[in-house]
Amino acid sequence: MEIERRKIRALAPLEQPTSPEEFRAKQLQASQMLRGDLEGVDLQNYVEDRVVTTKLEDVLNWARSNAIFPMTFGLACCAIEMMAMVSARYDIARFGAEAFRASPRQADLLILSGRVSVKMAPVVRRIYDQMLEPKWAISMGACSSSGGMFANYAVVQGADKFMPIDIHIPGCPPRPEALIYGFNKLQRKIVGNPDQGWRQRYNAVGTEEWARGGTNSRPSAEAAEAYEAARRFADA
Amino acid sequence: MPDAPGLELIRGEIETEDPGAVLETSFDRDQPALIVDSTRILAVLTWLHDTPGQEYTFLSSLHAADYLPAEPRFAVHYELMNRNRVERIRVKALLADPEAGRPGSELGQGALPELDSCVELFPTANFQEREAYDFFGIVFKGHPGLTRILLAEDYVGWPQRRDFPVGGEPVTFTYNEEGAPASEHLSTSGAD
Repeated sequence: MEIERRKIRALAPLEQPTSPEEFRAKQLQASQMLRGDLEGVDLQNYVEDRVVTTKLEDVLNWARSNAIFPMTFGLACCAIEMMAMVSARYDIARFGAEAFRASPRQADLLILSGRVSVKMAPVVRRIYDQMLEPKWAISMGACSSSGGMFANYAVVQGADKFMPIDIHIPGCPPRPEALIYGFNKLQRKIVGNPDQGWRQRYNAVGTEEWARGGTNSRPSAEAAEAYEAARRFADA
Repeated sequence: MPDAPGLELIRGEIETEDPGAVLETSFDRDQPALIVDSTRILAVLTWLHDTPGQEYTFLSSLHAADYLPAEPRFAVHYELMNRNRVERIRVKALLADPEAGRPGSELGQGALPELDSCVELFPTANFQEREAYDFFGIVFKGHPGLTRILLAEDYVGWPQRRDFPVGGEPVTFTYNEEGAPASEHLSTSGAD
C-alpha cells in the first residue's frame, strides 16, 4: 500500500538483513531484548529500528482503505461483475473488501452497479444516507455514471444528480479487473493521495472545452474553484 | 380461432343486438379482430363474455397503443380467449384525443381520452388498465383505483405517447461540440 512506502521509508528506513549472519545477529539481539539484557545505545538502536512514527490520521486512513465493507446492493447487470469481483478468480479479499454487508449501517462503500431509475433514486439516496461516516460511493458502468444507453424518461442521467460519487468506472459493464482498478483508485483517495487527473499528468492544462471555445466561454464559478483547488493540490 | 366468415357471423350477431357497435372487422395474419366504437366497448365485451356459444371468459391481455398520425389516435386492445375451445379474438376500441392539435397534452396538460372500465367483467384488467393509464393517459371510467402503477406517483406526463420527448441529455462529442447545448450550459452559468 502506498502509505507504507511513502511514510515508513521516509521516516524510518527499515534495514532488511542481507546475509544469514546478519539475520542471525538480529535474532540474537531480539532474544536479548526479550530477556532484558539489551541496554544503553544498543537498546536505543533496537527501538529506533522497529518503531515507526506517523500521524494518527494517516494510520486511520490507511486502515480504513484496507478494510472497506461494501454494501450488498446490485442494481442491474453490472452487479454480476461486482459479484465476480468477490470470486476466487478476481478475489477482492486481496484488498480487504470481500465482506459485503447486507445492512447500510455496517457498510461504508456503496457500489452503484447498474442504471438508476427515477423511481429507484430515492431508495438509493436513502440507503446512502443510512450509511455511517466515513462512507464512499462508486458509480460503476456507463448507466449509473451518465444514463448510458438509457437516454429516456425512466432513468436518471447520472447518479451524481442525487448523491455524491467518489469514483466513476467506465464500461458496459466494466470487467471485474476494471472494478478492482477503480477500487484501488478509491483506496488511494482515502489515504489522501489521489491520482491526478490526466490534464495534470500530461501537462495538458488549457485544453478544457471551455478554454478552447473563444473569448466568451469560461467555466462556472464552482467549476473554476474546483479546478483551481485541483491545480494547487497537484502543484503542492 | 374464428375464421373470417366466423368473425363476420360474430359481427352480425352483435349488430342485431347493438347496431353500430362494431365499426369494422379485420382478419390480418389470420388473427380475428373487431374494431369497436369506444363508447360501447363494455356492451361488446359483455356480449362476448356471456353469450352461450361465445364465452370468451378469459382476458389474456389489455393494452393501449398510440397510432399518432392516424385519427382516431389511441386504441385499447383487448385480447380475449375461450379456454375450452382455445380460441382467441381481439377487440380494439379506437379513441380520439380530446386535445388533438393542441401541444402539451403528452406532458400532462388538458383533457384525457375516456373509456369504460371492464374491471367488473374481468378482474385481471385492474392492473392492466392502470398500466395503460400510467403510460398513455387513457382514463378508464369506473375503475376502482385508477392511479399510476409503474412510474413514480408524482410523475408528470404520459411517456409512451408517440409525441412524448425521448428524454436523456445531449452528449458532447468531438463532431458536435461547436454549439452543443453542453458547452452553452458551461458558458452561460459563468459568474456574470
